[in-house]
Amino acid sequence: MTDAPLLQVRDLSIDFGTPRGRLHALRGINVDVPKGRIMGLVGESGCGKSTLAYALSGLLAGNGQVTGGAILMDGQDVTKMSDRQLRDMRGQRVSMIFQDPMTALNPVITIGRQMLDIQYRDPGTSAEKRARAAAMLDRVGIPDAAAQLGSYPHQFSGGMRQRVCIAMALLTKPDLLIADEPTTALDATLEVQIIELLRELQQEIGCAIVFVSHHLGTVAELCDDVTVMYAGEVVEQGDVRSVFHAPAHPYTQALLECDPARIKEATRHLPTIAGTLPDLVNVPEGCIFAPRCAHAWDRCRAEHPAARRASAHHTAACHLLDTEART
Amino acid sequence: MAIYALQRVFLSALIIAVAVTLLNVMLHLVPGDPAVMVLGPRATPELIERTREAMGLDRPFAIQMMTFFGNLLRGDMGTDVFTGRSVTTIVMEALPYTLSLISVSILWAAAIGIPLGAYSSIRRNTWIDRVTGVLSVGTISIPSFVMALYGVLIFAVWLGWLPAIGAGEGLGDQIIHLILPAFAVGVSWVGYIARIVRASMLEVMGESHVRMARAFGLTERRITRAYVLRIAVLPAVTLIGAGVAHLFSAAVFVEVIFARPGIGALIVAAVNERNYPIVLGAVLITTAIIVLATLISDLVIAWLDPRQREGL
Repeated sequence: MTDAPLLQVRDLSIDFGTPRGRLHALRGINVDVPKGRIMGLVGESGCGKSTLAYALSGLLAGNGQVTGGAILMDGQDVTKMSDRQLRDMRGQRVSMIFQDPMTALNPVITIGRQMLDIQYRDPGTSAEKRARAAAMLDRVGIPDAAAQLGSYPHQFSGGMRQRVCIAMALLTKPDLLIADEPTTALDATLEVQIIELLRELQQEIGCAIVFVSHHLGTVAELCDDVTVMYAGEVVEQGDVRSVFHAPAHPYTQALLECDPARIKEATRHLPTIAGTLPDLVNVPEGCIFAPRCAHAWDRCRAEHPAARRASAHHTAACHLLDTEART
Repeated sequence: MAIYALQRVFLSALIIAVAVTLLNVMLHLVPGDPAVMVLGPRATPELIERTREAMGLDRPFAIQMMTFFGNLLRGDMGTDVFTGRSVTTIVMEALPYTLSLISVSILWAAAIGIPLGAYSSIRRNTWIDRVTGVLSVGTISIPSFVMALYGVLIFAVWLGWLPAIGAGEGLGDQIIHLILPAFAVGVSWVGYIARIVRASMLEVMGESHVRMARAFGLTERRITRAYVLRIAVLPAVTLIGAGVAHLFSAAVFVEVIFARPGIGALIVAAVNERNYPIVLGAVLITTAIIVLATLISDLVIAWLDPRQREGL
């Protein structure tokens, strides 16, 4: 396919107004998600991955503000859309799954009513819409789906609620599904089932997915591409296999070393990355990871690294890759 | 559900019994012999003794209470000391006036307070929200009898638009006579309800299911009305249910000020005359209504919020 990617994030910067001053939560983010691909968004807490996910559907918190760049959905800039245009996009072309299924559904409205409400723009009678909702619930593995339309969210377990959320998100067959840590609040067995379900449905519907997670194993299993974020910047991105097998950025390397699944020897101490996240109100010059990086040298503290090709299928923003300058 | 209902009925009966017993104890501690009050200062000691016997006041307190509850089960709340009329009849005559005053007051207060609170939460930090806030706190802090007095002064005495006293004859006239008292009783509730609805609207607006509804492109209007308000009115319903007791005490003042018949006016008069059977009967019915109001508000909450139904 020669089409432009479904989603193009171009040089996106987002600030949050805080009592301490402007917090530069995202700086110069570039991400492409082609049609039908699954993009993993990984990084530690506070790296801006959820902020980016919410920005994609124009759902930033009230104090958040896009200060530069663009988010192009099918060539249309989400950051410049009117409320009306955003509403038309949400739930039709772009839908979301949230982190905590326990609070994501309205507690006083039946599942059926909620699933009917989100189809308000679709043609068809409400009987048809109910049938569509029941079929989707059945598809995500809710037993006795038609009868469950009359149930309330609290009558379901966490895993079942997340299945309901997935059913709602995919009911309108969106082009892009944004999943914000959909398995973080679930236990491990459920996580596997939910990931399996997402993969099956993605293949059926053919939508692209932006999958936010801090669980590297899940990302490796589910995603085609991955974007590694650190402190509001993209540090490495590309094909999942290339990034995870040959990480080029010291942060990605450290992150992979810290993944408990990779530890082979028995230990009482889980590995960590020394140091803490930098202050994003007064962003330091140079590479954002330099203060915590074992390989940092003078240039890293003075000059911000641009994204460079690290392999045939991925890029990383690190001066170590500038082989010409080093030789 | 059946077990829950039985528990509630039993608990309600217990609350009423305890309230009436306590009231009886308090009445007996108040100086002044009812028999002396009935007969006047020139009664002979023999006559007083005979009257005390007739009223059952010579028997031990416990026996008096047993007799009272025994009669109560037959629907008999005793007889008025002065007129000899049935207390049940007297209380039931007064009750509709108070009930109409209380229900009209709370209904108009809720009908204005809930939309006002919801609107100011949507328009928070605008001038409309601030004005509502100041007015709400202002009306909450003014007691209903002060409202009643100024209401009479302005609308009845100065402007002459509305009647100052009485309950009126016929439906239309009764409604006109209800305007000022219902305003006086309800106005501070507008403030209460608006504040509580605003606060809980803001809380619910921040919950993640609202963000999810937005993520599915539902309109703000639909989200506010169907998804948020239904949860946000729950505290207001509890407040109103528990507030019926306050409404009764507000009605006592307002009925006296507007010279309206009603339970409040009845209790005040009966206490002044040491007319025990009436006081007991009126308080018994009031307590029963308050208990019933709490039950109704619990049922309304269960109707609005399916999570509350689980315990039923």
